Amino acid sequence: MATTTLSRAAGIGIAVGLYGISFGVLAVAAGVSAAQACVMSMLVFTGASQFAFVGVLAGGGGALAAMGPAVMLALRNAAYGLSLAPILRGRLGDRALAAHFVIDESTAMARAEVDPRAARRAFLATGISVWLCWNAGTLAGALLGAGFGDPRALGLDAMFPAAFLALLAPQLRRPAAPAAAVAGAIVAVALVPVAPAGVPVIAGLAGVVPGVLVARGARA
Amino acid sequence: MSWGALLTLCAVSYALKAAGPVLAGGRQLGPRARQALDLVAVPLLAALILVQTLGDGHRLTIDARLPALAVAAVLVWRRAPFLVVVLAAAATAATLRAIS
Repeated sequence: MATTTLSRAAGIGIAVGLYGISFGVLAVAAGVSAAQACVMSMLVFTGASQFAFVGVLAGGGGALAAMGPAVMLALRNAAYGLSLAPILRGRLGDRALAAHFVIDESTAMARAEVDPRAARRAFLATGISVWLCWNAGTLAGALLGAGFGDPRALGLDAMFPAAFLALLAPQLRRPAAPAAAVAGAIVAVALVPVAPAGVPVIAGLAGVVPGVLVARGARA
Repeated sequence: MSWGALLTLCAVSYALKAAGPVLAGGRQLGPRARQALDLVAVPLLAALILVQTLGDGHRLTIDARLPALAVAAVLVWRRAPFLVVVLAAAATAATLRAIS
């Protein structure tokens, strides 16, 4: 395997591992047990959804309310999986295992390669590296967070919006994105006083509509 | 938090990832559907940012989280690493609460 592919995969893994530490800390602060945080990172394995899930729990929402935004954020993995299907060929068992590693980072690395075999190697190297580091980070963060006192006094509640902003920023370059972001934020904030916890965020999804309209206008 | 909810999230998350490689077998979504799916995360993340900065149960309030978000925004703009961004936000909120 090309050394550059491996070293880039390792570099991405380390960055994601640091971000796994913050996930572990926040999950425990939100009332999720360390074991649950670790199982979530092993099996859900999609960062933004996991942050959204524990974020809604921390904000007082129930598990059902937390599920909505988490599932919606995981929808983009379906789009990634479809775009990767041509390079993830092989036996059913292999494809089923490879599917678990369909995330932002592995998709981006695969898309950067032209040759399908190189793309498959980049996908797997990045996916596995990120999985290992994300889980190590989560475990470290959950153990660390269990020793913390009042989450508000430590400003842990302020970590959630900061984390989401860091996830959102690279996506804002697309022409449709700023309109979608502004509209989603306005809808959600307007619903906070009247809708049950978790619902305002899901309603923010409506921001996709102005986003798509703006993108279409830009093309026309 | 219940294990049932957690395991449901695991199953749904996997099903979404696997739809392409396991089931579609090379079939592709149309460009418009792909664009809409690709965009889903943007308004959701924006909604999460604002609700978790201003929301307090059913009320909207301005407290230490807003200056913390402003600090995070500057650091994101300066391309600071993820962990630096979240730690700076936490430190800002914790400091403001400690002195007020």
